[in-house]
Amino acid sequence: MQTHKAKRVAIIIEQVMQSRLTDALSDGGVTGWTVLPVLGGSGRSGAWSREGQVSRGTGMVQVVCIIKPERLDEMLDAAFAVVERHIGVVTVSDCEVLRAERF
Amino acid sequence: MDQILSLAATNLLSPIILSFALGVAASLARSDLNIPEAVAKGMSIYLLFAIGFKGGVSVADHGIDGTLAASLLAGIVLSAALPVVAFGLLQVMGNLSRLDAAAVAAHYGSISIVTFVAATSVLDSSGIASEGYMVAVAAAMEAPAILSALWLISRGGDSRRMDPELLREIMLNGSIVLLVGSFVIGWITGVDGLAKISAFIVSPFQGVLCLFLLDMGLVAGRGLRGGSGVLKPGVLVFGMVMPLVGATFGCIAGLLLGVSTGGVALFMVLSASASYIAVPAAMRVALPEANPSIYLTLSLGVTFPFNLTLGIPIYVAIASALTGG
Repeated sequence: MQTHKAKRVAIIIEQVMQSRLTDALSDGGVTGWTVLPVLGGSGRSGAWSREGQVSRGTGMVQVVCIIKPERLDEMLDAAFAVVERHIGVVTVSDCEVLRAERF
Repeated sequence: MDQILSLAATNLLSPIILSFALGVAASLARSDLNIPEAVAKGMSIYLLFAIGFKGGVSVADHGIDGTLAASLLAGIVLSAALPVVAFGLLQVMGNLSRLDAAAVAAHYGSISIVTFVAATSVLDSSGIASEGYMVAVAAAMEAPAILSALWLISRGGDSRRMDPELLREIMLNGSIVLLVGSFVIGWITGVDGLAKISAFIVSPFQGVLCLFLLDMGLVAGRGLRGGSGVLKPGVLVFGMVMPLVGATFGCIAGLLLGVSTGGVALFMVLSASASYIAVPAAMRVALPEANPSIYLTLSLGVTFPFNLTLGIPIYVAIASALTGG
């Protein structure tokens, strides 16, 4: 089956910043993304778990989007303007999609 | 003093405090006891609705006077002023960075609605009346502290502007909307409205509060476990001194306003409590460089249990002694 090269950008960010990030992605021309809940993890700020969080300010989410390789820089500029000062991880990886026109 | 000790003993052996203690103990012992997130959320919605509704009914039943507007104004002033006091204390006691101190200070100007709910429960069981509109005062005290914290930061030359989206999120956060909304519904429908739903919002209230505080105990225990190494001794002491300082300001405000014994006690509780829901979210947006482990552990792991176990009986006893109630 014919596949097409694309970039998969995964951004783990604080839940309270989710709408600001997705607004920035939308302004940066990204037309679709998926938001996933994060159960927990560990990093520079120590171990963290979703269990027992009373404040939305301390939850984390992962925003995943698939885009065409030529649009990656523009998208990362838009995203980084939001995530720069915040706790989070931004990763970019290669992937392949079946329906390129959707991205 | 005898009255304080007696009330403290009664409070410590009440089902709600023992439920909270069970949660803390279970968490510290690393038990797998857990309240599902959706259940905890449902219980908090129930409690906010019930407390708001009953406050509105009380206002409808007893009417309003000039102290309502004055109390709201006093609440706003207290919420805006207490962060400045807390910030000053932290400069002396805490040895925190300016950013961390301002973020912590914001929490102590805002309020803990769970502490407020627990205090109204203690007042009810002690037969001490309070003004129903204190629910509205609680809602009014949520946000000004955040603006004060940003002002404290800007005084240090680090200008942080409040973006309109953040202001909207603070003013329309779910707790405030539910609390004020149910207060208005209770006010409109009055005693007749309460009679129709009392089987739902009056009788089960104490039982739901027990389970909710069990969950809060689990959360506070986890916070203490995870953040035990985060707080320096000075900051830890601040977490227990600041509630008493705040309560003093609240007491003065209540006495000046001439509210009832319960009203003075609730002013003290609101001024003594620290936010752990609305303000942490606002601080993550406005001051992301501030360390959340410090302000969350302090407000949730130190001040919340302090107020729940010792603070509330102390405030109620002092309010009773000063007002002759």
